[in-house]
This record gives sequence, structure tokens and C-alpha cells, in this order.
Amino acid sequence: MSTELCGLELEHPIVNASGTFDAIAALRTFGDEVLERFPFAAFVSKTITLKPRQGNPPPRLWETAGGLINSIGLPNKGLAGYLEHDLPVLARLPVPLIVNVMGFTREEVATLVAAVAERDEVAGLELNVSCPNVESGLIMGADPRETAALVHRVRPLTAKPLIVKLTPNATDPAAVAHAAQEAGADGVSLVNTLRGMALHPRTGAPWLGARTGGVSGPAIRAIALAQVAQVAERVSVPVVGMGGVETGAHAHALLRAGAAAVAVGTETFRDPRAGARIAAELADIGRDRRVSARL
Amino acid sequence: MNRTLAPFDRRRGEVEQVDRVGAYLRLLCSDPGGPAPRPGQFYMLALAAEWGGGADERPYLPRAFSYLRHEPGRLEFLLEDVGPGTHRLGAARPGEGIWLLGPLGAGFAAPREGRAPLLVGGGIGIVPLAPLQADMPGPALLGFRDAAHAAAGELMADVTLCTDDGSAGHHGLVTELLAARLDEPVEVYACGPPAMLEAVRLMTTQRGVPAQLALESGMACGFGACFGCVVPTRDGYVRVCVDGPVLEASDLEAVPAH
Repeated sequence: MSTELCGLELEHPIVNASGTFDAIAALRTFGDEVLERFPFAAFVSKTITLKPRQGNPPPRLWETAGGLINSIGLPNKGLAGYLEHDLPVLARLPVPLIVNVMGFTREEVATLVAAVAERDEVAGLELNVSCPNVESGLIMGADPRETAALVHRVRPLTAKPLIVKLTPNATDPAAVAHAAQEAGADGVSLVNTLRGMALHPRTGAPWLGARTGGVSGPAIRAIALAQVAQVAERVSVPVVGMGGVETGAHAHALLRAGAAAVAVGTETFRDPRAGARIAAELADIGRDRRVSARL
Repeated sequence: MNRTLAPFDRRRGEVEQVDRVGAYLRLLCSDPGGPAPRPGQFYMLALAAEWGGGADERPYLPRAFSYLRHEPGRLEFLLEDVGPGTHRLGAARPGEGIWLLGPLGAGFAAPREGRAPLLVGGGIGIVPLAPLQADMPGPALLGFRDAAHAAAGELMADVTLCTDDGSAGHHGLVTELLAARLDEPVEVYACGPPAMLEAVRLMTTQRGVPAQLALESGMACGFGACFGCVVPTRDGYVRVCVDGPVLEASDLEAVPAH
């Protein structure tokens, strides 16, 4: 069940959501089996920023009804650390590498895109626009004009696939997706996490170190499906759909709603090879449908 | 090497028995094809059915547990019913399917030259010390709330007990027993509640006694993916699941209260 995504040949339609699988930590835990039986058809790296980040103070997690709230805060080694330490290891993966980047200004994003895209190990880029532009104060991905201006700035820097990771915390994600496409994006991915909060059961103070976090998991599946359908109707570029996918049937629903590929995130926390299982289940659904179509 | 690699698959075992050890519950399950873990390593556990739908629709994620005992094809865990995950596991019936992922993380290392192991455990934190003592015999100082919890002391050998309420052993904190031993050429291996571990960290680092602390932290995955389980060290945050759970006391900035 091979798939093409923004010009990349994928073995199947299941990739990982950025920040939900650390291939390097997985190699330390599971050894080279990770390379031999890699569960995803492409690997999307965790967000990298220009400077190193420690991430948010703990606690960073809260289990909620049918899901998880996280306030991780994008810890990463920064651009230089990523290129020097992580990229050579990630180059060993048997699938295309898509690097997710985020900047606090357009120029920062441009620096990241240029430096990452010139590396041969990198097949494509994903722009995390779920953060404020410190110059305008607006969340880059919450406003169509902000998103368009950002994609305009970075599009000329690379011919490699450029995917914009949309935030669901926008008034009209389809308008943002359309603006990204018109500015030259090769694809869009959604949904990122939805903002959520939990209170300490005894003190009533915010539980998470960063007060609020992002909700993921089955709790957001119906919301994700609606947003993916809405965006896919509005754009002609490929859509990577995600949000609460636990089974091949869930992935199939996102494809039916117009997604070209599906990302698995939180389910990987429960089962590190969920991506491969979901791809197999999806292939079974495809076979069943072809059989029933012939009957 | 204090780390056995985990098979890159969660595997399905079967719950064989859940019984009481004092105020705690011991869960025995099969682990078909699982490798032998190193003391201090842990597993992510979830029951195959009815995992979810409890209070507040939880549990949803698997839960991290140090193993109490391992023999080929079989694992034992000890748990305390403190939330929806442990409640569901404690109610498991023989024959139920259980998902196992592990062994995970880095376990205890051998003591430094010329030092003898001294084990210090608090409450449910005695669990990783039991397989450690089986590999590396040494005296165990164990603290519990009361006599009912202190019954779990029978899971180990060469035990000096204390309880918060004086109903068994010495009436007081396990760190009081530890303070009396820090002039000896020992290396401390400790696991227990955060306040106890923080006290052990302060005592041992001030006295220049090496200490290996097995930490606990809420985690979603157990294999470095979620970045949720971090603790502060002198080099910044590290993940308890892949860099620990056993960390050197002298590397830690603090043992977080959560």
C-alpha cells in the first residue's frame, strides 16, 4: 500500500506525529531492532529551534479522560546540536527524514529552514507554526496572513517538500491552510494538540508546570476528523491527518476525510510499534474493500 | 552493563495471581520470551481488557513498575492501590491478558571499589531493592508507615525495620538509621518517596558517600518518546525513563516532589 506524499515515496501511509517518537532514545532502549523494524513510513523529528531549549518545568504530563495533556515545551539541542549530534544518527533510519522546525521570528525560521534543507539526509521539512511571532505577538499559525508571510519568506530557500503543521487553536484552520498553500507550501499537517488544563487534585493549583498544555489522544479524535475534512475540502495540496488514531479504522477515516497520509502520536506511547500495526490494519481494510467491490 | 535491551514490541503475558503482601498487592504474570532484566530496570504495564472506563475514564496510558522478581518466562510486581491504574491492576483476575513493555531504563551499577552496598528503601520503593539484594547481598534499612505495610519487609533479607507510627521496628524515619551508617565504607542504593530520596541525596552528598537513587516519575511511554518524566540534574533535565531510573545522587539538583 505505497503512498506518495509531497513527492516522497512512502512504503505505507503511516508516519509519526512530531515529538511523539525519539528514534535515538528508542535505539538506546530497543537496540538496532528499531532500524530493522521501523514502524513508520517516514520519520518526523521533534521540533528543533535555533537555540537549545531545556523545556518546561515538570510536571509535564496529566492523564485525562481518553487522552493526555502535555506541556513538554520543545526541549531540543538547538540547530547546531541537532546537526552535529542527532542528524548523523537519524541518517541511519530506513525511511525519509522530515525535520520539524520552529522559530520565534520569520528570520529565525528562515535560518533553520536554510541550514536543515541543505543537508542531504533531510527529505523534507515541517514548519511548527504553533508559537507566537515575538515581533507581532500573533501565533504564526493562528492567522492566515501571518502564515502566508512566513511561508513566503522560507519557500525560496529550498525545493524540498515544505509541510505546514497547523494549529487547531485557530479560528479557521482551513483559511490558514489555504493561505499556506497559496504562499507555496507543499502540504499541510493537522491537528496539533488542543489547549487544555488540569488542576492539582488536592491544592487546586494548575498541575502542569507551564499551567496549560496540549490535549492529545482519543479525546480529540472527532475534532481532528472534522478539521481534516474541512481543510482537505479547501486545499489541493496533500494533507497529513492526525489526532487520536489508535487503529487502522481510525486512520482509514482520516483518509476518507481527505488526508493523503496519517500520523500516529499518542498511541505510540502505549505501543512503540503502533505505527506498523495500524499500517497493517489499514492494508487489511483496503484488501477487504477491494474484495467487496468485486463481489 | 546495567541495561538489558527491550524487545521492540509490547508483548502479551497472562496474569497468574494477585495476592496480598501486607498492605500491598503482588502481581505475578507470565512473560513469554522476555529477556532477563537488570535490577533497577522497569516495565510498562497495562491490562489487555478494561484498561480505561474507570474513574474519570482512566486509566488510559500504561503504568511504570519496577520488577520485584524475575525467573525465565515469569515476572512479579508489587503495587499499592493509589490511582486508577494501580486499582485496575490490583483487581486483575488470573488468566487476564497483560501488556508488557520492557525491561526499560538503566538499572543499578556495581559499588565503587572498596565499598559495600547498603540498601535503603521506603514503602513501595523497596521493590527494585529486592532483586538488587538477590544479585548483590547487603543489609537493608526499610521504612514503612505502619506494621501492615512493613509486612513487605519479608520480601528481603538482612532487614532493619522502622515505621512512622512505631508499630514495627524502630519508631522513626529510615534516614535516621542511615545517618548512623554513613561513616562506614558503603555505597547507598535507595528507592522510596521523594522526600526520603531528597533527604538521602542531601545526606550522602554532604558526607561524600556515593549513592544511587532509583527515581519514580509519571511517564507516558517509558522509552524516551514523550519527554514527560524529566528530573533536574547539574546538566539540565534528564529523562527518568532512558537516563534513569537509577541516577547518581551527586548528579541531581533535587528529587522533585511530584
